[in-house]
Amino acid sequence: MSKQHVSTIVNGDPVEFLADPGMTLLDALRDELDLTGSKEGCGSGDCGACSVILDGRLVCSCLVLAPEAEGRRVETIEGLAHGSELHPLQQKFLEHAALQCGFCTPGLLMASKALLDVNPDPTESEARYWLAGNLCRCTGYDKIIRAVMDAAAELRQERV
Amino acid sequence: MSQLDYLAPATADEAVKALGGAGARAMAGGTDLLVQLRAGRAKPNVIVDLKRIAGAVGIRQEAGAFIIGAATSGAAIGEHAALVKAWPGVVEATNLIGSTQVQGRATLAGNLCNASPAADSVPAMIAARAVCVIIGPGGRREAPVEAICTAPGRTSLAPGEFVLEIRLPARPARASDAYLRLIPRTEMDIAVVGAGVSLVLDGAGVITDAQVSLGAVAPTALLVADASLALVGSKLDEAALAKLDAAARDACRPISDKRGTAEYRTKIAGVLARRAAAIAYSRAGGQA
Repeated sequence: MSKQHVSTIVNGDPVEFLADPGMTLLDALRDELDLTGSKEGCGSGDCGACSVILDGRLVCSCLVLAPEAEGRRVETIEGLAHGSELHPLQQKFLEHAALQCGFCTPGLLMASKALLDVNPDPTESEARYWLAGNLCRCTGYDKIIRAVMDAAAELRQERV
Repeated sequence: MSQLDYLAPATADEAVKALGGAGARAMAGGTDLLVQLRAGRAKPNVIVDLKRIAGAVGIRQEAGAFIIGAATSGAAIGEHAALVKAWPGVVEATNLIGSTQVQGRATLAGNLCNASPAADSVPAMIAARAVCVIIGPGGRREAPVEAICTAPGRTSLAPGEFVLEIRLPARPARASDAYLRLIPRTEMDIAVVGAGVSLVLDGAGVITDAQVSLGAVAPTALLVADASLALVGSKLDEAALAKLDAAARDACRPISDKRGTAEYRTKIAGVLARRAAAIAYSRAGGQA
């Protein structure tokens, strides 16, 4: 079957690529657009390492077909920082040592961003439930939650 | 992967044509289909994405009824305040499915047509007397949710047919519903047993209508008619609850697997039916 032409917007920039009809959005991001920040952990929507924001919704990019992105807006980890200035979530993950191997980190950062986009002042419980679809085998999650809560507080300050 | 094509029709008619060929599969959220595709368990020639069809995404109200497009995500369902107020049981069942990421994609119609006996939203929809609007080569027809699944992984949909909408009926005053499931952990697991209950009360708190459905205790979700009979005419007193418990257990035809034995599932079905009934009763304004 012939490849399909896909036009979409990734991190605010219009992009075009050719996709096999069965290709996932994750594979398109990584292999066609060289955006290798999103990771493939399980490939079945269980681990969250491939999390991206599609038209404002947090999704696993391994459970989205690349041609589905036609005309949509995709936000990936590559768009989180402003140039060389880290997003507060990224800064707090560093300060709280909320990562070890780092494989889950892009997914956790995008999931955390999606949380704070809709709920700037989450309780710890809300943050833990929201992030339950992102698996981390290194940190035990506690440092991640502390980083997210701290980043949320800082972002609320910035809005005042 | 051999010869796979992807189509995203803009109209229901185009979707019917695309689904008419051999090896075509409809896709709503894709959270089951893409996993099956990757595992080699599904080998479609064509994936027909329903999300670009007018009306397939979104929730609208008509004369008190809610019409939920087949490809509406669980997240959108959970954010719809009027729907949450009218059908809290259907919404809580839907929002139990998977993670935040899965909620961004997963749909009621997909959960139904994947035909897992343990699908969380299905008992809640059956209890709610939800109706599917089905589009196919023969035109449009309606069928109650309990008529869709025929066996694990199998549906009564004919070739070329797909579910375009799910309709939840208008609610009278003093009516509500609830869904409970048992899983061995707190998040993101498959139901060992699920129970959906929908009740309508009169001004004195007497149950005038009841619908009870169980999941994961038979090859398909069950509509338990005897459980409904146990409740109507009561104020959910202990005698009615005991009859409900017995009717729920009698209806079970479960398997034993790593999640639970048949005996355990049967016992739990009675317990969850009681508890879900109590929640629905309280939500409907009844004082137990």
